[in-house]
Amino acid sequence: MMIFEAILLTIITAATPLLLAAIGEVVVERSGVLNLGVEGMMIMGAATGFAVAILTGSSLLGVMAGLFAGMAMSLLFAALVLGLAANQVASGLALTIFGLGLSGLVGFPFVGAKREAMAHLYLPYLSDLPFFGRVIFGQDPLVYIAFALALAVALIIGRTRAGLVLRAVGENHHSAHALGHNVRQVRLLAILFGGACAGLAGAYLSLVYTPFWTPGMTAGRGWIALAIVVFASWRAGRAVIGAYLFGGVSILQLHAQGFGLGVPAQALAALPYLTTIIVLFALSRLPRGSSRAPACLGQPFLPAR
Amino acid sequence: MRLTLERRTQAGMWASLASPILAVVLTLVFGALLFSLIGIPPLAALTVYFLSPLADLWALEELTVKAAPLILIALGLAPCYLSNNWNIGAEGQLVMGAVAGSAVAIATHGQGHGSYIVWLMLAAGVLGGAAYGLIPAVLKARFGVSEILTSLMLVYVADLLLDYLVRGPWRDPKGFNFPTSVSFGLEARLPGLSETGRLHPGFFLMLLAVALLAFMLARTLKGFEIRLVGEAPRAARFGGFDDKRLTLFVFALSGALAGLAGIIEVAGPIGNLQPTISPGYGFTAIIVAFLGRLNPFGILIAGFFLALTFIGGENAQIALRLPLDVTRVFQGLLLFFVLACDTLILYRLRVTREGAPA
Repeated sequence: MMIFEAILLTIITAATPLLLAAIGEVVVERSGVLNLGVEGMMIMGAATGFAVAILTGSSLLGVMAGLFAGMAMSLLFAALVLGLAANQVASGLALTIFGLGLSGLVGFPFVGAKREAMAHLYLPYLSDLPFFGRVIFGQDPLVYIAFALALAVALIIGRTRAGLVLRAVGENHHSAHALGHNVRQVRLLAILFGGACAGLAGAYLSLVYTPFWTPGMTAGRGWIALAIVVFASWRAGRAVIGAYLFGGVSILQLHAQGFGLGVPAQALAALPYLTTIIVLFALSRLPRGSSRAPACLGQPFLPAR
Repeated sequence: MRLTLERRTQAGMWASLASPILAVVLTLVFGALLFSLIGIPPLAALTVYFLSPLADLWALEELTVKAAPLILIALGLAPCYLSNNWNIGAEGQLVMGAVAGSAVAIATHGQGHGSYIVWLMLAAGVLGGAAYGLIPAVLKARFGVSEILTSLMLVYVADLLLDYLVRGPWRDPKGFNFPTSVSFGLEARLPGLSETGRLHPGFFLMLLAVALLAFMLARTLKGFEIRLVGEAPRAARFGGFDDKRLTLFVFALSGALAGLAGIIEVAGPIGNLQPTISPGYGFTAIIVAFLGRLNPFGILIAGFFLALTFIGGENAQIALRLPLDVTRVFQGLLLFFVLACDTLILYRLRVTREGAPA
């Protein structure tokens, strides 16, 4: 039982940052914007969150700082793609390169610093349940926040007027504009939400997952979050499945390395990346219709007048 | 009052020249601001970054060594980006080119072959890079899988494969357990062309590639097809061009050039296979391609400028104890400004009053 509990626990901690970042990107892409800078926003959240947590001694302030760092990064992106109608793919790449560099500078004084992982929250009664009660209901607060966010985003996108406007803007920005919706404002809010989620995901990595700061510690997780959005066919609920699938693969390969299966460690380490490619390929073989990208994804919007 | 963008009817010639220069100037200004923020005299820092690599002959040769792979890779990326194929995995294609070429060197090591080996290595590097570039291309053209994600994921896979090879089967048995391959024999090395031995024929191969790509893009039907598919995909389809085959073509071309850059690095300046053979050339080349406005001659100039930041970054690490990340910050800033300034070519910024008849 102990080993299964341990594996389940590590899968949850591996999946949570992926889930947080993927939910944010679902909202961004549903508004018709492709932000490839998730990796850059995430790692800025990790560096800033850890730095502030060390300086203030407060995990909460660290998490907040990570969130705002992600938002600040996404604001830069918004200025380029909304304000100046710049190419979204290239702007996202710029954001990633810039974030990887700037996080190195921000985190430089804190390399080697250590602190306790964030305290766990044991839900009363539920965490006393036999078997997995303690693992499932005794997690750090961000695990629950991630689930709550997934649920909230799924409901808002699917069931509310605000969600309808978001989808309209992403599917056909000219019609949405003609109906009197402010396309760029909707997209700005979506981008900022995506930045906040990515920053939160980064803060989770440096404050809970490791918990310390090393340069480049996101190790492609931002990109995997982008793949999860495709996997989830732009639905927040399915992003939960995607995040736990990818979290599971990355944890199982770590355990497999520990057992020494005679497979080269590098082959196992490549598994999450190969899984991404294989899953994207498998999705493309499914019948069309159920998994379609928002029609205006990646297109700049310029009102005629 | 608000700012609006208005599409220009004609792109001005002055603007397409002025915008990259403006981007560089803005990067320098913001770089200076950044330095003063972290408590380093900005002028001294910028001198180390951008002037020290030009100070003497040795430094200039080093500049050609760093510029060659950047320019080679960016030359391949330009036709990709012009035709809306987003290959961002050139770093992986570079690594696979180096691996494929090194396989030739390692298999023939110490058997007394002639200098034709190095030519075989270059050919293997080109083929290895092209083959690896074709993976995301086939996935996109045949199955509609996003090439952005697959090409990037393959970078991690290539890095891990290289790591496995130099720690496992290809490790030098006499290498004191260091994770490197055997040092290549003379027959498997690009000869040094100067007293310091830094300048190598790869530089001239790069110049040849600039000329060939410039000719292809400006003077051939293929070049026209690349532009047309990028700018008017519907018109291209009506014109009988096959955009799927073009995807395969541009990915193979850019993979080949990135692979060539990889094997040139290994057979030239490095001399054997190591766990890390590139300081991120494949990613920086994306910035080179955009700063050069996806034009081969522009890329030639832009490649030298970004090579400066690599050498300047190394110098600053020694002289000012700055982490190498400053280089990345510079590069990211530069790409931001390049993209922002490109808007000025395509659009006119206009201040309009709210409510006034437009």
